[in-house]
Amino acid sequence: MKLHEYQAKVLLAARGVPVQKGFVAARPGQVPAILKKLGPGPWVVKAQVHAGGRGRAGGIRLVESRDDALTAAKDILVKPLVTPQTGSAGLPVRSVLICKAVDIRREAYAAVLMDRRSGGPVLVVSREGGADVEARSGSSPDKFLRLPIDPLRGLTAAQAKRAAKFSGFRGSLAAPAARALSGISRAFFSLDALLVEVNPLAEVKSPGGRPAVMAVDAKIIVDDNGAFRHPDLAAEEDVGDLAPAERRAREAGVSYVRLEGDIGCLVNGAGLAMATADLLGMHGGAPANFLDVGGGARGIQVAEAFRILLEDERIRAVLVNIFGGIMKCDIIARGLLEAIKTTGLRHPLVVRLEGNRSAEGRRIIAVSGLNVVNADELADAARKAVEAAKAAR
Amino acid sequence: MSILVDGETAVLVQGITGASGRLHAKACREYGTRVVAGVTPGKGGAEVDGTPVFDTVREAVRRTGAAASLILVPAPAAAGAILEAADAGIRLIVAITEGIPVLDMARVKARLKKTKSRLIGPNGPGIITPAGAGRPGCMIGIMAGEIHKPGRIGVVSRSGTLTYEAVWQLTQKGLGQSTVVGIGGDPLKGTEFTDILALFEKDPGTDAVLLIGEIGGSDEEDAAAFFKSSMTKPLFAFVAGRTAPEGRRMGHAGAVVEGGLGSWVGKRRALEAAGVQFIESPAEIGATVAKWKFGDSILISPSAK
Repeated sequence: MKLHEYQAKVLLAARGVPVQKGFVAARPGQVPAILKKLGPGPWVVKAQVHAGGRGRAGGIRLVESRDDALTAAKDILVKPLVTPQTGSAGLPVRSVLICKAVDIRREAYAAVLMDRRSGGPVLVVSREGGADVEARSGSSPDKFLRLPIDPLRGLTAAQAKRAAKFSGFRGSLAAPAARALSGISRAFFSLDALLVEVNPLAEVKSPGGRPAVMAVDAKIIVDDNGAFRHPDLAAEEDVGDLAPAERRAREAGVSYVRLEGDIGCLVNGAGLAMATADLLGMHGGAPANFLDVGGGARGIQVAEAFRILLEDERIRAVLVNIFGGIMKCDIIARGLLEAIKTTGLRHPLVVRLEGNRSAEGRRIIAVSGLNVVNADELADAARKAVEAAKAAR
Repeated sequence: MSILVDGETAVLVQGITGASGRLHAKACREYGTRVVAGVTPGKGGAEVDGTPVFDTVREAVRRTGAAASLILVPAPAAAGAILEAADAGIRLIVAITEGIPVLDMARVKARLKKTKSRLIGPNGPGIITPAGAGRPGCMIGIMAGEIHKPGRIGVVSRSGTLTYEAVWQLTQKGLGQSTVVGIGGDPLKGTEFTDILALFEKDPGTDAVLLIGEIGGSDEEDAAAFFKSSMTKPLFAFVAGRTAPEGRRMGHAGAVVEGGLGSWVGKRRALEAAGVQFIESPAEIGATVAKWKFGDSILISPSAK
């Protein structure tokens, strides 16, 4: 679950990480009231989308006047934002964050992330931050300090101090920077995050002229498996950038990823679903989706999964590949028939059922009178699905 | 021979009174596993299909001598269940549960380091040493037991159903399995490929190993390095996710290519460079291992040899 910048900043501020004052507008009409609350400009208008690279794509504008702020908000809200991370269609922008502009003296980088290799959270800091830090990280890893965090204790004061020093915050800024890093780490733990990234963690000149530490941009990804502990965040989640079929699949509790091909696939198990897609590719075909109904799916979920698949306008053939372990093949067969009752079947359907109750599943399909191509093993199934899709093109 | 479990292993089931706990405890028992106890807090004194239920793992261990635990409790309570098993001295903990928060797993891993317990999973099918040829087997998990056959190929996998597919192909080619281990599809897990490869390498009952990987993380790269430095037995590998787009989580929490890391191409390169026999097609897994075992003349049925 990805959070927007404004959500991330609220959560960080609550844990003692300094952020700029800002407000969110979903409509340009809200802009004047926000500017009044913020006080004199300049201000920054920032698109709230789940993608990086916003600045260069025109999603972040520095504005000096009320009229410019209105124009910027209108521009950003009216059309999808296309950045190198969004794909060519871009992402719809539902809101903008408007902040008072700050005078940035230096940009550093700080993040806490779940590191698979070390098997726990890691604090990563760098003296340099900003838009290209990801691209630079590969070429000069020595510019980054990585400190594993004991998941039973959290970030220690000594670690925070060391990381603050490494990232260039010295003198009067050493203590505030260490406090900010501790806050970032606390956010990671208390939110079940996979990533809390502050880039830049900036040295700014405060209105009084004194230097200060501030999180100028922030990104938080919450572990979907931990979301049950954060119903407030889950309720606020913006799922606007998911394809409609992906949203339906989420509601049905099945795992769906839209792909670019024309063979609709329904498989049980993530590994087998990936392998089935791979095999279609090796036979010269292309899957329209990844759809893992999982092991314990009930009939009603299976039927909804089939409906999502069968209503996809792009498909030319359907491949069902089930290796019944916990999943019983007869549940799949019944779900398939149930779905076809409402959607109809306009495409060739290749079915391979193996394992738990496969004979019963095959029998249910055979007596249904549906026009089904039976396949008896994996390669046979892939070959027949690819042939069927080609013939239908 | 086998690794980690055999027909003697005494198993308790945490969460046995739930629908899924009861179902799988029964399937394990029917396969021949010595299921000696169940644990559900507050249900001590009950029985599930003849198996006594205890309130705590500690009590179940004291009363029945259970040495391994099968965890079938829902995700919010799973980390606590794993740690309870470890605290009670259970040496082998097999967690099937999908959806455990990663942070819980980070804490579990940190705590388990201080114990002698090994965790397999979570989010995997479990572990099985197939029964047959007059020997009892041991299934601690949710797999389809009947597709397995005792033999000398070790199997280790990050997947569930794809493991069934691979095992089924092996069995059909006449290739039995010494032990099949599903280490699970989560980003943080108790046991890695390399741990299991080391055990298979030492196991006199295993002649060759089949590894089923998938995109995401660096488990396959680590396995490749381990094979090169520490293995003498042949290793075969299939990796799922060749056609998966970057940045998308493919069903498993751990199956995601991030920032170019964990890609199929990188894993293939690492495995091939280390001398692992890389299998490109998921339909050729059994045939590839059979070719090594029986040569090209696979038309001759292995049983006739």
